[in-house]
Amino acid sequence: MFKIVRKEELVPSSVILHEIEAPRVARKAKPGQFIILKATETGERIPLTMADTNPETGTVSVIFMVVGKSTAIFSTLKEGDAYMDLIGPLGHPTDIEQVGHVVCVGGGTGIAVLHPIARAMKKAGNRVTTILGARSENFLILKDRMGALSDTLIAMSDDGSTGRKGFVTDALKEIMTTDRPNLVVAIGPVPMMRAVSELTRPEGIHTLVSLNPVMVDGTGMCGGCRVTVGGEVKFACVDGPEFDGHKVDFNGLAQRLNAYKSAETEAMEAHRCHMEAQVQQLEKQA
Amino acid sequence: MQETQKTAKDRHPMPEQPAEVRRNNFLEVPIGYTEEMAKAEASRCIQCKIPKCMEGCPVAVPIPRFIRAIAQGQFAEGIRIIWEKNGLPAVCGRVCPQEIQCEGQCVLGKKGQPVAIGNLERFLADWERAHGDGSLPDKQPPTGKRVAVVGSGPSGLTVAGDLVLKGHAVTLFEAFHKPGGVLIYGIPEFRLPKAIVESEVNTLEKLGVEIVCNTVVGRAVDVSELLDEGYDAVFVGVGAGLPRFLNVPGENLIGVYSANEYLTRANLMKAYDPLYDTPLVPGRNVVVVGGGNVAMDSARTALRMGAESVKIVYRRSREEMPARVEESHHAEQEGVEFLLLSNPLRFEGNSEGRLTSVTCERMTLGEPDASGRRRPVPLADADFTMDCDLAIIAVGSGANPLLTSSEPAIKLNRRGNIEADSDTGKTFMRGVWAGGDIVTGAATVILAMGAGRKAADSIHDYLMRGW
Ligand SMILES: Cc1cc2nc3c(=O)[nH]c(=O)nc-3n(C[C@H](O)[C@H](O)[C@H](O)COP(=O)(O)OP(=O)(O)OC[C@H]3O[C@@H](n4cnc5c(N)ncnc54)[C@H](O)[C@@H]3O)c2cc1C
Ligand SMILES: Cc1cc2nc3c(=O)[nH]c(=O)nc-3n(C[C@H](O)[C@H](O)[C@H](O)COP(=O)(O)OP(=O)(O)OC[C@H]3O[C@@H](n4cnc5c(N)ncnc54)[C@H](O)[C@@H]3O)c2cc1C
Ligand code: SF4
Ligand code: SF4
Ligand code: FES
Repeated sequence: MFKIVRKEELVPSSVILHEIEAPRVARKAKPGQFIILKATETGERIPLTMADTNPETGTVSVIFMVVGKSTAIFSTLKEGDAYMDLIGPLGHPTDIEQVGHVVCVGGGTGIAVLHPIARAMKKAGNRVTTILGARSENFLILKDRMGALSDTLIAMSDDGSTGRKGFVTDALKEIMTTDRPNLVVAIGPVPMMRAVSELTRPEGIHTLVSLNPVMVDGTGMCGGCRVTVGGEVKFACVDGPEFDGHKVDFNGLAQRLNAYKSAETEAMEAHRCHMEAQVQQLEKQA
Repeated sequence: MQETQKTAKDRHPMPEQPAEVRRNNFLEVPIGYTEEMAKAEASRCIQCKIPKCMEGCPVAVPIPRFIRAIAQGQFAEGIRIIWEKNGLPAVCGRVCPQEIQCEGQCVLGKKGQPVAIGNLERFLADWERAHGDGSLPDKQPPTGKRVAVVGSGPSGLTVAGDLVLKGHAVTLFEAFHKPGGVLIYGIPEFRLPKAIVESEVNTLEKLGVEIVCNTVVGRAVDVSELLDEGYDAVFVGVGAGLPRFLNVPGENLIGVYSANEYLTRANLMKAYDPLYDTPLVPGRNVVVVGGGNVAMDSARTALRMGAESVKIVYRRSREEMPARVEESHHAEQEGVEFLLLSNPLRFEGNSEGRLTSVTCERMTLGEPDASGRRRPVPLADADFTMDCDLAIIAVGSGANPLLTSSEPAIKLNRRGNIEADSDTGKTFMRGVWAGGDIVTGAATVILAMGAGRKAADSIHDYLMRGW
């Protein structure tokens, strides 16, 4: 059993942080890696990125958004409760190098995944500009922490309730003309990552995205997480989860994510529709 | 008298659930011999002086001796005879390809039907679970040595069992959340009840083996770190866990699974049990590609998950099918159709990316290839398309590089399998042994067990005497 030592509701009942005891994993984990959690005997195995690790206390933290049954069950676990199974660290760590100006683009719970990467980028001596996007103020998670570790932070929201009204791509477009990035890291909903990749492609700006296909084992034995990258089939759990955004077949990824689609909340759907429209416009321009 | 005459010639059939009933449930298909049936079948064995059957068994189970014990009603004695060579008889009696191993060599098979060695082995193991006194084998005094076993399939379970009895402290690391390897996540309940595997694992725990699940070696900890942590030897038995795909268009559509994923969701994650949250695309028209045990297991699982039609698509003919005869026979009885000499060219889907049909080419058999089997050659202008909303790819699996790529000192062959001495299981890395599918490529339970036993002997020798 893997005990939850701390719980924080970043957005009440919707975005949850769990700090969990897992000493072996905490010692080995690097930014960009994930774990698989299972709450009960009958539950699903759910992959979540480690938002933070602490080798001293032997704990790892995850931040997740409640989107379906399993994450809803996770959200009911309190401090002192335990996950039945925790497996990790899985996946390739992010390549952290000093490249100059790194723009980190995060949306939704992708911000949780982005956080340790941005921090490592900063530590490696990069100048970090962070652009965060969300539906509305309530859903913009980790804004303060991201702000503290970035040289510049820009917040965007669909409704203007926090930061500027608009999409993360609007902000990125401006930066690309005024302060060209050497690397863009984009993590969030598929349409967002696709939009960012379409934007940077014509400029030839290297763009990393982190993919989140449905997984089972996380060790390369089932192939359920396969994604097409550069025309080749890759297993995101071992070959990724990060890939060159200019090579990813986002269409295929988006479709496969719906394999077990249950009803999503209307708000989520609406948000996606906005983003889809944005992508179509970008693709027309390109 | 007449009864004995008849039984001497024909083997006693295994009682089974009727096909119409069992295709709707996940309960075991063969029900098992009664004591009377087992004794009668055992008395068919003519107790050969030079028992050919033993030559066919990869671990040389003393077959005539255990069969004689059954004939004499000495069941407790019989199971102990098997244990001398085989720690998992309840499993092997059920899943060994007996027709090409022990039973394939039995002299009675020359003229009539061979002795049902597998059924008898299974009988004793089941009898022991039901009636045995549960006493554990004697353990040697502690040696103070520690061994790490990586992977809890039949090879790892065997190594762990053998070494704990010799007095070493054994820790078994498993990547999944449950131990047992393919026996748990691959072979379905209706062929190998999970309670059997669990009871074998329980015995190991009672003997003192420490089982640590959820630990991916090569990620959570490396082999060399295990040695640094104070383990004196490491055995690697991680199986052949890399699914092969066909590399044809449409293979990433929703509804196309590797057999590994389909069976793991169905068995380990119990998708068939409504209490479990595991989702699985429900197939109405199911196509399973391949002709081995894995294909049969996938097809029969899909039937039980409620499919209307299940077709096995195999590119050679029935004769070349690598599945155990009993499996293809059972599959056919349950209503699985065999589309032989057929090969998928592409999968087609709808606008949502869901699988809707598959197009295949027809094949004919040409000259024998390197494996000695006749090579399938496509026929021109004979392609055909079938409706299909679930496709399961069961065309074999390769070596998973996750552990081996983290430890370059463990040398690999061209196919990515670990190079290990065939007599001892020693790898090129000092203090590290390997065995089972990760060395041989996908093989059988009994070969993995045999490799485990050899490695355990060699590890014991090393711990007591040195490399
Ligand atoms: C490597 C990796 C890292 C991840 N890291 C995080 C993280 O740090 N924080 C976080 O909130 N989420 C993360 N995810 C996504 C998370 O795993 C899913 O949200 C979760 O599996 C949904 O499970 P559920 O049972 O609650 O929802 P379900 O009932 O399974 O699904 C609800 C909806 O979400 C969609 N969905 C299902 N599985 C996924 C998936 N894997 N990714 C996205 N959508 C999915 C479904 O199509 C469905 O519409 C990560 C995924 C991967 C593969
Ligand atoms: C569906 C199916 C049906 C089969 N039917 C038959 C049959 O009827 N008869 C027969 O004789 N054989 C059959 N086989 C083959 C047989 O099951 C295998 O040959 C045998 O299980 C191999 O044993 P093993 O010990 O090498 O590894 P496996 O049984 O493959 O076990 C390996 C274990 O190692 C774990 N592991 C992998 N990587 C790591 C890691 N990095 N760290 C920690 N743990 C790890 C895996 O999760 C797994 O539990 C079948 C196989 C399948 C898939
Ligand atoms: S272990 Fe397998 S091959 Fe050997 S006797 Fe038993 S059933 Fe036959
Ligand atoms: S070969 Fe057949 S008849 Fe002879 S000992 Fe073996 S099982 Fe008995
Ligand atoms: S999750 Fe199974 S191969 Fe990636």
